[in-house]
Amino acid sequence: MGSKQTVFTHEQLEEYQDCTFFTRKEIMRLFYRYQDLAPQLVPLDYTSCPAVKVPYQLIGSMPELKDNPFRQRIAQVFSEDGDGHMTLDNFLDMFSVMSEMAPRDLKAYYAFKIYDFNNDDYICAWDLEQTVTRLTRGELSAEEVTLPAPAEPVPGPCGKPCADSCVTSAHFLSFPVSVG
Amino acid sequence: MSESRGSGPPSGGPSGQQLPLQENLSLDSSCFSSPTVNFLQELPSYRSIARRRTTLLSRDKQSGTLLNPADSSSSHLEGEITENFNSQSIRKYALNISEKRRLRAIQETQMKYLSEWDQWKQYSSKSWKRFSEKAREVTRHLELWREDIRSIEGKFGTGIQSYFSFLRFLVLLNLVIFLIIFVLVLLPVLLTSYKFTNSTFVLIPLKDMDMQCTIHPVSTSGLIYFYSYIIDLLSGSGFLEETSLFYGHYTIDGIKFQNFTYDLPLAYLISTIAYLVLSLLWIVKRSVEGFKVNLIRSEEHFQSYCNKIFAGWDFCITSRSMADLKHSSLRYELRADLEEERIRQKIAQRTSEETIRIYSLRLFLNCIVLAVLAACFYAIYLATTFSQGHMKKEIDKMVFGENLLILYLPSIVITLANFITPIIFAKIIHYEDYSPGFEIRLTILRCVFMRLATICVLVFTLGSEITSCDDNTCELCGYNQKLYPCWETQVGQEMYKLMIFDFIIILAVTLFVDFPRKLLVTYCSSWKLIQCWGQQEFAIPDNVLGIVYGQTICWIGAFFSPLLPAIATLKFIIIFYVKELSLLYTCRPSPRQFRASNSNFFFLLVLLIGLCLAIIPLTISMSRIPSSKACGPFTNYNTTWEVIPKTVTTFPSSLQSVIHGITSEAFAVPFFMIICLIMFYFIALAGAHKQVVIQLREQLSLESRDKRYLIQKLTEAQQDLRDQ
Repeated sequence: MGSKQTVFTHEQLEEYQDCTFFTRKEIMRLFYRYQDLAPQLVPLDYTSCPAVKVPYQLIGSMPELKDNPFRQRIAQVFSEDGDGHMTLDNFLDMFSVMSEMAPRDLKAYYAFKIYDFNNDDYICAWDLEQTVTRLTRGELSAEEVTLPAPAEPVPGPCGKPCADSCVTSAHFLSFPVSVG
Repeated sequence: MSESRGSGPPSGGPSGQQLPLQENLSLDSSCFSSPTVNFLQELPSYRSIARRRTTLLSRDKQSGTLLNPADSSSSHLEGEITENFNSQSIRKYALNISEKRRLRAIQETQMKYLSEWDQWKQYSSKSWKRFSEKAREVTRHLELWREDIRSIEGKFGTGIQSYFSFLRFLVLLNLVIFLIIFVLVLLPVLLTSYKFTNSTFVLIPLKDMDMQCTIHPVSTSGLIYFYSYIIDLLSGSGFLEETSLFYGHYTIDGIKFQNFTYDLPLAYLISTIAYLVLSLLWIVKRSVEGFKVNLIRSEEHFQSYCNKIFAGWDFCITSRSMADLKHSSLRYELRADLEEERIRQKIAQRTSEETIRIYSLRLFLNCIVLAVLAACFYAIYLATTFSQGHMKKEIDKMVFGENLLILYLPSIVITLANFITPIIFAKIIHYEDYSPGFEIRLTILRCVFMRLATICVLVFTLGSEITSCDDNTCELCGYNQKLYPCWETQVGQEMYKLMIFDFIIILAVTLFVDFPRKLLVTYCSSWKLIQCWGQQEFAIPDNVLGIVYGQTICWIGAFFSPLLPAIATLKFIIIFYVKELSLLYTCRPSPRQFRASNSNFFFLLVLLIGLCLAIIPLTISMSRIPSSKACGPFTNYNTTWEVIPKTVTTFPSSLQSVIHGITSEAFAVPFFMIICLIMFYFIALAGAHKQVVIQLREQLSLESRDKRYLIQKLTEAQQDLRDQ
């Protein structure tokens, strides 16, 4: 495409194409979305690789994320310092992993990170409680959330399962979870 | 996220890192203190998994090593990377973009040391990948209704989106079926009749046939009232009967081109077989993907629970109201799971008395269900015989409304039956005391069977009418040639009527029920009755059954009416837009959501049932009922199927003997037995695998418990050692 864009150098666009699952057009479209979030903060010329971070409040107000109960965790996982403020690289990374072209392994890896609320490489009972609470917007009663498991190893929402099966990252990835 | 944890510099590998303890760790996390985690990460199993994935999983731990190539472990990693030159796989690594950029730079420098051949290979594979991506982008724009379906997905969720994708699939399927029929049958006929090519029709006169069989009274009336045009349009009789819409038009035995003779009867039969085989293969191909996913989502509770929690949220949602709905549906699902759990416990605690009572009640209710089905089938049988009987009388003498009523009586009865029986089934299933998930599935199964079996009953009634005669005149031509001189056309007309009526009903229900309901709910919501009734919900199973019903009619009817698939394509296109409008303007999303991965498989399964039910009447009419001698391409054959044996006799003798060998019993019986043996083998294998999987799962959970215990002991021992 004979694009006359002046935002990136040719080399930068090639790099982005190799490192994400997007085509040129999509990368430019994403850049303009990023730029629209904070027009006064984000320059229109990225050839000199400026170090610009868009604060989390603006990222979290994007239409794709604003109704997602995990938006804070998503922004934290993909941002550089874990605080939710994202550079353009982080932004593209996030969309690349979330796009439909990313393989399931990659998605599962990042999904594990997102659901690991306390960043300890495990999804423990507390992480599961947080997940369920956010999924149901806190409307399941407290006993329902921590319902003790019955005699067989069949769990209630946050009962025994993780204590018995120690859900580590490797375990998570090798588990035949159907993503979506 | 990475940097918030690995704050200290890496010292001799990941085991030496100290993780800052977080205050708000959970109740159970006393065992998950930092030394434990370190031990777990030193375990060989963890490391081999990390390496096996070829994604630098613990990028946080090893990010320091990437920055610092002098480190020994990093050069080992780079050694792994340089083995894998395909730069396209960088994007699959679980790294952030700046690290991928660095990796890419390393790869580029590595490339310089390659031979020229390898460099050219890299370059060409890269440009091929770029080209295929661009091509994929272009073809994605050509996808029909992509934007509409995307926006529906965002507003109403993936369950309803899968319905519309299914509808799009049917449009494409019907289009392809019509293309097959067009190329094989219609095109030569059109070319010849409009004199585009220098070809002529070949009409072989009948020999040894009683001339009575060939009498086909064509009604020619002088002055035709205007309304009879409308009746003809709606019922396929009159001026439509002689057009290429119906089988009777193709009374041609061959088309003589310059170099060869095109065997039209063979082409007609081949087109029918081709479209049935194509539909079967396409549906099976599409459902295999759904089946694999379904297999994973087995009844295993931990797995389905994990799926609900980790894969429950739909990340494509973009509207507030849809998000609210998703929250409530997840809440509903989790509550339903707890409910199922309680019910299962209750069932396990049932006394034998109660069990007997429940089973006898279920038996009784199933008998009622069968009785209801039998009553509906009998009603359809009566309606069809009545309609067929009265159609033969003087139609012109009847009043307009009465005329249409009689013509459409079977369709009306079928629609009424399909409307009433789901309500009856829903009431009955309450008393049968099943778990909620099973209830839904059983109700849907009964409705599917009801809907599709009604068409079969109609077709069999017609078949019995055609082959039954009052005073043994059937022996002359094999069928009732007085009432049905061209019976295929008349069957085609019935299918045409069914399709038109189905289409009218769908439009009428949308226009006269959905939209007024929405208006009432919006403007008269003060009335209690209206409030109770509430706004329309888009009921996915009913809608899917409706379009599967339409598709089954199309499959059966395409043999008797070659243009029917084209009509079906148009009908489905119009239905798509009508349903979309109805959805956007009158429906509220239902709190009980269908999961997309499950529903695709369910839709295709129902469609497959419809296809199987459509094949049965077609095979019977093609091979058992003699083809009509007064019209159609098969006048010179006893039955439609006879074309194939007659064509085989024209083959060279070696090929003939091969075909005879394949179709003889000496081949078929051993072949069938071998297939059965293979099937039993695979069933046994699957059973054995399932056992092994269960055992391994148990073992895995025991192992992890052992691991944790041992690590606890180890850390305690270490602690003691340190304290001393």
